[in-house]
Amino acid sequence: MVTDVVLAGVGGQGNVLSARILAEAAMRAGYRVKTSEVHGMAQRGGSVVCMVRWGEEVYSPLIPRGRADFLLAYELLEGLRFLEYLRPGGTAVVNDYRLDPLPVLRGDAAYPEDALGLIREASGKCVVLRARDLAEEAGSARAVGTVMLGALSVFLQFPRTAWEDSLRQRVPPRALEANLRAFEMGRKAAG
Amino acid sequence: MRSGDKRELLSGNEAVARGAYAAGVRVACAYPGTPSTEILEELTKLPGVYCEWSPNEKVALEVGIGACLGGARTLVAMKHVGLNVAADPWMTLPYIGVNAGLVLVVADDPGMHSSQNEQDSRYYARMAGVPLLEPSDSMEAYRMVGAAFELSERYDTPVLLRLETRVSHSRTVVEYEDQRREVDFPYEKDAVKRVMIPGHARLRHPVLLRRLEELAREAEISPFNRVEMRSDRVGIVTSGVCYQYVREAFPEASVLKLGFVYPLPERIARDFASHFRRLYVVEELEPFLEEALKALGLDVMGKARIPREGELDPDLVGSSLAEIMEMDTGLQDGGWNRPEAARAPRSSTLPSRPPVMCPGCPHRGLFYVLSRMKLVVSSDIGCYTLSVLPPVSGIDCQVCMGAGVGMALGLERAFAGSEVNASYRGKVVGTLGDSTFIHGGITGLIDMVYNRIPCTIIILDNRTTAMTGFQDHPGTGKTLMGEKTHALDLEALCRAVGVESVRVVDPWDLEGTEKALREEVGSDHTSVIISRRPCTLMRRSPHPVYRVDEEECTGCRRCLRLGCPALVMRGEKAWVDEGLCAGCSMCAQLCRPGALREVEDGD
Ligand SMILES: Cc1ncc(C[n+]2csc(CCOP(=O)(O)OP(=O)(O)O)c2C)c(N)n1
Repeated sequence: MVTDVVLAGVGGQGNVLSARILAEAAMRAGYRVKTSEVHGMAQRGGSVVCMVRWGEEVYSPLIPRGRADFLLAYELLEGLRFLEYLRPGGTAVVNDYRLDPLPVLRGDAAYPEDALGLIREASGKCVVLRARDLAEEAGSARAVGTVMLGALSVFLQFPRTAWEDSLRQRVPPRALEANLRAFEMGRKAAG
Repeated sequence: MRSGDKRELLSGNEAVARGAYAAGVRVACAYPGTPSTEILEELTKLPGVYCEWSPNEKVALEVGIGACLGGARTLVAMKHVGLNVAADPWMTLPYIGVNAGLVLVVADDPGMHSSQNEQDSRYYARMAGVPLLEPSDSMEAYRMVGAAFELSERYDTPVLLRLETRVSHSRTVVEYEDQRREVDFPYEKDAVKRVMIPGHARLRHPVLLRRLEELAREAEISPFNRVEMRSDRVGIVTSGVCYQYVREAFPEASVLKLGFVYPLPERIARDFASHFRRLYVVEELEPFLEEALKALGLDVMGKARIPREGELDPDLVGSSLAEIMEMDTGLQDGGWNRPEAARAPRSSTLPSRPPVMCPGCPHRGLFYVLSRMKLVVSSDIGCYTLSVLPPVSGIDCQVCMGAGVGMALGLERAFAGSEVNASYRGKVVGTLGDSTFIHGGITGLIDMVYNRIPCTIIILDNRTTAMTGFQDHPGTGKTLMGEKTHALDLEALCRAVGVESVRVVDPWDLEGTEKALREEVGSDHTSVIISRRPCTLMRRSPHPVYRVDEEECTGCRRCLRLGCPALVMRGEKAWVDEGLCAGCSMCAQLCRPGALREVEDGD
């Protein structure tokens, strides 16, 4: 059994860091883990996807389309872009946030109408939250990713300490309290 | 696990750094380049290793050669195109051999996530006659580095370790030794072996060829080549990350997994082939293994079905081979573990989200001015290349690092002798970043002065190597190891090579930038304009942001010509996303009615 998570967002939103925290939590929970990250050019405001897989034995760092158990959409269009990775009946955790890409700003392309509806329709379960608002409420606007992970954690059976230790290792000490709160708010929003 | 061992999730690049450290590497050099950059960034955190950002890959390898001859185990790292730059020393190094081991790590980028081409670096092993190792995950990358050093010393040869983006940038659990072995080789003079005058080189080439035969025998017993027998109908040969895609897509297939890839272990390949009617070869990019297997007279199927361009993934491997495998073996879909996808719109129908220049990026101002002036702009590789995208659409051509200068010279000469292109005369400028100028632009500038070319070169000096993640370079005054050092004086350098007119502009000042350009472009001598302002992402000290006064905004969209992601239309009025605005003021400089205003404190 392998559990697969796709984290889709826009460069700068922090899904690379989230993927790392998730992967380390899975490792602490005792699984074999593999991730795929994006570095370099795409991080300049481009579309960024990360993948995290864990289980007894994991091969490809890239998840086959239609296999992902979870889709974490940090932005609506990006969620839609990687929706084909979600398996039938899979769970989507969606940040209800729209960021227009340049072709849309220029008027050369239209932002897909009802992106949220399409994601909802294709997923078995869909959790929608406003991660930015929750992160700000928790005390750090940059903790969007931690809110998303909090929401995901409701569906996973990792021990609480696996999450906390991973956050402690990856988040700067002065932002830790806010991130722990952000994680909790994500959990509540999904629970 | 032994004591001193650790278990951690490491990227392929981090694992390479760890492997080199455990192997006692003492010198490591690189020029940054995605996806290879983090190797040196990791290694420099570990004690006892001299690490440097070299000005370019050729210098990096030359430093590496000196270091290994001097008795230090040495790692040199670069991205695939970097090996083109380093190809000159690379091709003769195998004649000379090493003393302590030298491992060159090259990271290919199939799919061109962050590159200008997707060349297959494995050919550099074959062309130079050097053994090639190729890991398929971080753990293997860690082990291979240590093995590569031993191989290098035992056979007196450099070793090429080839990574791909999905190995460099994927994390798996690595058990590693957190301890450095001390390795130190005595230096002994041996000019016949190390001074490649023709008479010596003629002696060394046959040595290299004999060595390759011995290496071929070594490949036969390498622990990195293994046969996994499962199905008796489907046999696949693969290497690198493709091994993982094969296991995912065809879990029941038998696999010959190659890690010691060149020279090819022929006996193993023939043995494996003898079990099957035909072999399938799964490899990214060129048919490197396929050709070698075909040369053995084996029946192999590869690039006839699997794309030769772009990146592979489990879906592509499965869908490319399922049909032919079924035809060959009668097995349904060849045993492809085909997933069923959720209903989703095709991602190709969605608006793309290309990377963009950041809000406040100093490159934006310069290229905005250039595009308004209707010039012919040869450019180069760096964040500024993004100015090719609309609405700025500021550059005409770009090929490789440093070419921004040479191409400008060539364009200028072509126009000078042309009638059909006479209107472009005096309109050529060459542009390139500070790191790129030092990497490979300075020689082009010397050419320009030497051959008296009237042309303007613009150095986009943002005080860092931004594209690859803010590495220091000889102009920043800091080394990779964090020490303060002399900061190369670009103005003095340009003057020293004979450029008479060297001036500095602030690219946030659109009017001043345009004035300088109008004065220099089309003049009768070589000139340099240094467009200087630190990268906005590096300087977090906030400038006051801008806001649109809706009463004043006429909705003319002039400010949108900058293509700033912080500036959008909301209905008929422009709107600034203050969370993104960097306060560069360029939009305000363009706004005729003066609707864009600095937000005062406490507003
Ligand atoms: C031969 C070669 N080495 C490395 C790279 C990777 N690379 C692309 S752009 C770049 C640096 C650009 O820095 P700079 O010229 O200062 O421009 P900036 O990105 O800071 O605007 C590097 C290292 C490459 N494309 N080619």
